[in-house]
Amino acid sequence: MNLLLTRNLSKVALAALVALLAGCQGGVLDPKGQIGVMEKELIITATVLMLLVVVPVIIMTLYFAWKYREGRGEAYEPKWSHSTKIETVVWAIPIIIIVILGVITYKSTHALNPYKPIESEEEPITVEVVSLNWKWLFIYPDLGIATVNELAFPANVPLNFKITSAGTMNSFFIPQLGSQIYSMAGMETKLHLIADEPGTFKGISANYSGHGFTGMKFEAIATPTREDFQEWVEMVKASGEALTTERYEELVEPTEYHPVEYFGTVKDGLYFDIIWEYMGDMGRIDFYGKPEYGAQLPEGVILPQREPKSTSHEAEEASH
Amino acid sequence: MNLLGKLSWDAIPYDPIVLGTLAVVAVGGAALFVFMTLAKKWGWLWREWLTSVDHKRLGIMYIILAFVMLIRGFADAIMMRTQLAVATNGSEGYLPPHHYDQIFTAHGVIMIIFMAMPFMIGLMNIILPLQIGARDVAFPFLNNLSFWLAVSGALLVNISLGLGEFAMTGWVAYPPLSGLEFSPGVGVDYYIWALQISGIGTTLTGVNFLVTVLKMRAPGMKLMDMPIFTWTCTWANVLIVASFPILTAALAMLTLDRYLDFHFFTNDAGGNSMMYINLFWAWGHPEVYILVLPAFGIFSEIVSTFTGKRLFGYKSMVYASGAISILGFIVWLHHFFTMGSSASVNAFFGIMTMIIAIPTGVKLFNWLFTMYKGRIRLEVPMLWTIGFIILFSIGGMTGVLLAVPGADYVLHNSLFLIAHFHNTIIAGAVFGYLAGFTFWFPKAMGFHLDPKYGKISFWCWSVGFLLAFMPLYVLGFLGMTRRLNHTDNPDWNIWLYIAAVGAFVIAIGIAAQFVQLFLGFKNKDKNLDKTGDPWNGHTLEWSLASPPQFYNFAKIPHVEDIDAFTDMKEKGTAYQRHASYEPIHMPSNTNAGPIMGLLATALGFALIWHIWWLAGASFIGLIVAFICRAYASNTDYYVQPDEVARIENEHLDNVAKG
Repeated sequence: MNLLLTRNLSKVALAALVALLAGCQGGVLDPKGQIGVMEKELIITATVLMLLVVVPVIIMTLYFAWKYREGRGEAYEPKWSHSTKIETVVWAIPIIIIVILGVITYKSTHALNPYKPIESEEEPITVEVVSLNWKWLFIYPDLGIATVNELAFPANVPLNFKITSAGTMNSFFIPQLGSQIYSMAGMETKLHLIADEPGTFKGISANYSGHGFTGMKFEAIATPTREDFQEWVEMVKASGEALTTERYEELVEPTEYHPVEYFGTVKDGLYFDIIWEYMGDMGRIDFYGKPEYGAQLPEGVILPQREPKSTSHEAEEASH
Repeated sequence: MNLLGKLSWDAIPYDPIVLGTLAVVAVGGAALFVFMTLAKKWGWLWREWLTSVDHKRLGIMYIILAFVMLIRGFADAIMMRTQLAVATNGSEGYLPPHHYDQIFTAHGVIMIIFMAMPFMIGLMNIILPLQIGARDVAFPFLNNLSFWLAVSGALLVNISLGLGEFAMTGWVAYPPLSGLEFSPGVGVDYYIWALQISGIGTTLTGVNFLVTVLKMRAPGMKLMDMPIFTWTCTWANVLIVASFPILTAALAMLTLDRYLDFHFFTNDAGGNSMMYINLFWAWGHPEVYILVLPAFGIFSEIVSTFTGKRLFGYKSMVYASGAISILGFIVWLHHFFTMGSSASVNAFFGIMTMIIAIPTGVKLFNWLFTMYKGRIRLEVPMLWTIGFIILFSIGGMTGVLLAVPGADYVLHNSLFLIAHFHNTIIAGAVFGYLAGFTFWFPKAMGFHLDPKYGKISFWCWSVGFLLAFMPLYVLGFLGMTRRLNHTDNPDWNIWLYIAAVGAFVIAIGIAAQFVQLFLGFKNKDKNLDKTGDPWNGHTLEWSLASPPQFYNFAKIPHVEDIDAFTDMKEKGTAYQRHASYEPIHMPSNTNAGPIMGLLATALGFALIWHIWWLAGASFIGLIVAFICRAYASNTDYYVQPDEVARIENEHLDNVAKG
């Protein structure tokens, strides 16, 4: 009975292993972009490094439990409880591993900083991403188009994402391309990704945001060439729909499993308005003080000048 | 003015699962009520247990609470796993988001706040005063009040099942989702008040036990002579005292946002949800060490007892626990590497997190070297310990992996994360509590649990754990994020099925826990622990009868060694008969605790449903009850020497026979 159970269990385990190796497609261990590839390598390096300690610990546990169990007549030293040598070694081993891992972490965290633009000869494409309940709005500011729940871009072209939310917090994530980043209302986060090969990848929200969260999915299409991408852009433009303020207000209403939508034109500065909605009068100075961190002002928008209320020092303090 | 606030008939959820559960609870409750009434046990229950200030009885009641809530929390777990196993390939399953989202929120809150915490605090209550040679805790009434505040919070969570709804925000309740704009119902209010009330109880417990350890140790016991379980509990209490007020403050601000239109965490008017997220984890991260450090202490006690050895590297263990406690406060940001902090900030918090692996690794090695050249008895507590060392090292490894920001960018919020923290909390904390439960059960109750079912339970938990959570690691790599209601990726199905099977194997493990309890009670007379020292223990709790005399120590012992009781046994000073005894000063039971707990429940309930008159009345009632207690004069009594002598001699006769 026991033997049979063991045999069946090992069959299941084998099947599981095979399924694991075959079933890695589509996940974070099957990356299709430079960032994802680096992250996969990082995961493997770190895991192997830690297994160097974990495997011996597991083996030693089982071995000691077997060797020193009662009735085997092995050496027994009830009062032995200190050994400077052993203690030095047991502190040293984890310290060495963590020092190595720490260096890897420091370097990789800077290399994989989601805010860092990807170096490439190609001109990057900027996409403004807005998480709505419960769908994704993608605005292409340079192309004057927008889509819902479908994102397209050419492969091998760096993507600059500017991300915000029009409600709850979500996380913008295309597992096969790499890093994710939160979307938060009234704020802008950034993410830089690239696809190394054409394909259609799953995009999700990786932060629970309420009732319709499960259906908050999109397709990320990496076209083989810029020309293919241009065709897609023309197709979106040909849809004829316009994303006006009124149309956007409709879009903000909560929906689930929202179908893909195309907008041939977009109201100028819509993304900016969405962030601005929550900002009120606050933070205006910060927002423009550092243009490299802030949302780009749409052309033609002129801001009301903030009147100098007091000395420059106080104004600076007030802006913090 | 509406006398019932927002409460109406609509508050009852007409859902077959909920109504079925309520029916079972009602029938069970009625049966219990009839039994208690027929047996005329109500008076006894009130006088001997509910109003008790005896730390041992409070500890037992805490553990009963933990087991009750374990059933509730585990029912949630089974429902989630079966939902995800049937809701594949685009099928909707049987739990719509409205129900499912409450379930995963309740599961997290219950398992951490109302299962693990009471279990940990229960074991600490029973054992810690015994280990330091104290007669009770520093503030016995406060201890009783803490318990009732924990019960109060648990009651509110359970009331939410039948009246209204629970939060649909996940157990972290991040705003703006948990704000009024996106969660207008009572669910988040249940969450807030359940956590707030029980959290205050936990803070009081932390203060109580810190004072106990600092002021009430037996003569001769220096801090570096304290048993290791007492040490790890002490570190946990330091963490409680330092971190729970942060939770209280964060929840208070969320309350102001929801009740009085403040804008701490709202999207608009200058609010910022990132503040809540930081505060929540400034509590939340230390909280996991609050759970796991006492478990480490339990394993240390068990390893040294069942190897018949002194603990290897006692000082290393103490310092390692301290290092974990302090480092535990400067790693909170690793819960949101993906929020857009700069690379340097993320790298700092990542590396700080990894550094925690150093003292933790040292602990693992110290347990190993305690086993080295020992004489290992593979009793149930030792099995849990070996299982823990093996499984926990996997959980530690995946934790360090998640601490690498570059890896976290793709694994954050995925099922890999879920697998990781269940790996540490189940295979770390819960295994520890179950090991401690078996280990100290004879001490607390006077007889043994059934060892056969204890072993079955261990194997089912271990195998079930592997089946339930290893697939989640894989699913995380396959890109499955957490809190999905249903899936449509055929590659994921097999793993979801295996995980569901694992949950049922764990269910057998839990059932076996109850069977070992039942058989323990049934065969009580055969399994009596007459000597009080069933495992040949090292520390002072084993020097007492099982269950210990209500005053614990007839004479406060003088401690000369870390393994105080082993030392006494070796020197022949254990089990001494004394010619005479001093009168013993003891605290009296008080009904202030349960009354205040009840009033706190009423206050929470009233605030949740906006029943303002009841909120006012119960709040005033709380203050009045407290003042009455503060001015009560009959709070203590003396046990007379002849009674002490009679009880002690009876125990020593038993020991001599044993």
